[in-house]
Amino acid sequence: MADDVTIIVDGITVTVAQGTTLRAACDTAQHTVPTLCWHPNLEPANACRACVVEVKGSRTLVASCSRLVEDGMEVQTASDRVTHSRKVVAELLLSTSNADLAPDLQHLADISGANSERFAGGDTWEQPIQDDNNLYIRDFSKCILCYRCVEACGEDAQNTFAISVAGRGFQAHIDAGFGRELPESDCVFCGNCVAVCPTGALIGKAEWVLRRQGQWQEDRITTTDTVCSYCGVGCELSLHVMDNRIVKVTSPMDHPVTHGMLCVKGRYGYEFAQSEEG
Amino acid sequence: MREVRRLLPPLDIISAPTSMQRLKDRGFSRAMERVLGMDPRDIIAEVKASGIKGRGGAAFPTGFKWESVYEAPGGNRYVVMNADESELGTFKDRALLEYDPLGPLVGMLIAAHAVGAKKAYCYIRGEYRPIERQMVNALQTLADCGWVGPHAVEVEVRRGAGAYIAGEETALLNSIEGKRAEPRVKPPFPTSKGLWGDPTLIQNVETLANVTLLFAHDVEWFRQCGSPQTPGTKLVSLSGHVKNPGVYEVPFGFPMADIIADPELGGGITGSGRLRAILLGGAAGTFLSPDQISATVLDYGSLGTFDASIGSGAIMVFDDSVDLSWVLRKLAHFFADESCGQCVPCRIGTRRIVEMLAQGGLYSRVQDLRDLAQAMRDASICGLGQTAPTALLSILDRPNWQGA
Ligand SMILES: Cc1cc2nc3c(=O)[nH]c(=O)nc-3n(C[C@H](O)[C@H](O)[C@H](O)COP(=O)(O)O)c2cc1C
Ligand code: SF4
Ligand code: SF4
Ligand code: SF4
Ligand code: FES
Repeated sequence: MADDVTIIVDGITVTVAQGTTLRAACDTAQHTVPTLCWHPNLEPANACRACVVEVKGSRTLVASCSRLVEDGMEVQTASDRVTHSRKVVAELLLSTSNADLAPDLQHLADISGANSERFAGGDTWEQPIQDDNNLYIRDFSKCILCYRCVEACGEDAQNTFAISVAGRGFQAHIDAGFGRELPESDCVFCGNCVAVCPTGALIGKAEWVLRRQGQWQEDRITTTDTVCSYCGVGCELSLHVMDNRIVKVTSPMDHPVTHGMLCVKGRYGYEFAQSEEG
Repeated sequence: MREVRRLLPPLDIISAPTSMQRLKDRGFSRAMERVLGMDPRDIIAEVKASGIKGRGGAAFPTGFKWESVYEAPGGNRYVVMNADESELGTFKDRALLEYDPLGPLVGMLIAAHAVGAKKAYCYIRGEYRPIERQMVNALQTLADCGWVGPHAVEVEVRRGAGAYIAGEETALLNSIEGKRAEPRVKPPFPTSKGLWGDPTLIQNVETLANVTLLFAHDVEWFRQCGSPQTPGTKLVSLSGHVKNPGVYEVPFGFPMADIIADPELGGGITGSGRLRAILLGGAAGTFLSPDQISATVLDYGSLGTFDASIGSGAIMVFDDSVDLSWVLRKLAHFFADESCGQCVPCRIGTRRIVEMLAQGGLYSRVQDLRDLAQAMRDASICGLGQTAPTALLSILDRPNWQGA
């Protein structure tokens, strides 16, 4: 087709539609590149650089999550330069942030053979947990500054713009405006930032409490899909249930109505469903 | 040598820098009038033929950039004059805007005519308040001529807020749009998707001053100075252990050593009187040893043999009492402070370099430093992170370097 573009990924010829990203084209070639900040429902933030690939003729490596295919591109997803950068990115992130609840970062570290100690010993992002509301916790010691929460809160979903990145360099951080606590900020507690956070830096309070008590057990959690009963939009809810209690509510990221995003009622207004008065 | 003065006004000029008379004395009104009678394609062809390259650091051929903007599809077009000048040791745009602001501003208007822009922005470093006033006065003079304003080219002045990164062209665009000064991913380049998604031409102050000179004369005149590969002159900002620090104009191809030693230029080394090194191109630049300085001229090809480049034209001179690893620590702090924090290699990498240099010095963890530097060059989003390790590597790569 005229609108198709053919590129070579690790020697494999793939033809994809114009406007496809290199990341998606690499997927088509079944040479998947690792990603951290990329999310299927958000604009690429381009921040983590875990997804870099080598493109023939390019001076630097190229972030595959955001770069669009161009006819004739020759791409390498596992050259020495690529694997080297991936490894250093993982090592640097592990040296600042707690990756306990960050499966994607752990995976990147595993596949790249990162040595978590190499750049450790200096400044970290360790900081007190921010427990300032009943719905979700902010534990920025785990943050990798992937920008997903900012995008979800802003243009890509919620359009509330309650949070953004403040400060620069190593001091850059997610902020609800002038360092305010969430209840004093513009936040409407939709929890969409929580839904897209890949590290547990943003985490529902119910989950956080259970984890702290050692009672969060993935294998005891079942999910049930239903439709939110609060209004007529028809958002699909996935109720995560443990021991007959709802412990978390999400929505499928591929759902045509929600794209994974909910409002405060759908995500956090579940207490009534399990109150004794019923 | 007799100092060349093309970009800098002659020393005996008496008209006020922002006056109508200055426009005439310097040939700038002639340039503007000539351009107003030209087809955009001919303007662009002339800039291409002059061989002007960008003076903001990257040395991209200016005419080709104009052509890209001219040819890019889209309704509105913008021109931006980058006067954010924040590279370490660089103060030449300031000199131009102070002593002869009409030169770069007329260049900006010429650029607007060539690419079809109705609106231009002057993005000026926030600390340059007195210079900003000078620039605004010069804009008023151009408005009085009918060249700036609603029926010609509208010009808006924007002030930086103290961030080095805001000088990077795409961060600058975000700043003008009222966003955080974070670089954007390229491509798309500003030439096709710049301000508010429209084609945008961004040029350094000195580049635009060259454009005006070109149209005040012609290609042949312009190419009389400089080298065949890089026609014209370059402003250098000379600082450190030299007798006469300051801004000097020299033709491309001029011997590096003479910039420092010539009595009419640097005037020789002060301090101990013995040269240890220069840092060429600012924080993102390269150290050159005395041998290398003697073996090179101010041109991209010559300096390229030592992996060096002219950058913004900053030349910091260090005598042999200076411990270069101290300089490296200062540079590392600069980058860590000025990183926007957007991407992992730069945000964390610049901090780790500070720490490694503070703890064990330059040679304690050479392999880790090199590995980190490689990832920063390869995987950082913008020039800041990509070049943050350059000065450091220029020393590591020289096994017999003395003084670090
Ligand atoms: C971190 C960083 C800072 C920069 N600062 C400036 C600056 O202060 N002034 C400038 O003209 N160019 C600066 N540049 C270069 C610009 O991105 C851009 O290349 C330049 O303005 C283009 O103009 P030119 O082609 O006329 O040189 C900077 C680049 C980087 C990566
Ligand atoms: S809960 Fe919703 S409104 Fe509040 S910060 Fe997160 S995304 Fe923004
Ligand atoms: S809080 Fe989570 S989503 Fe937000 S930047 Fe940090 S890691 Fe990313
Ligand atoms: S390289 Fe540094 S300054 Fe440039 S985008 Fe990345 S963090 Fe920001
Ligand atoms: S996934 Fe591409 S930069 Fe993060």
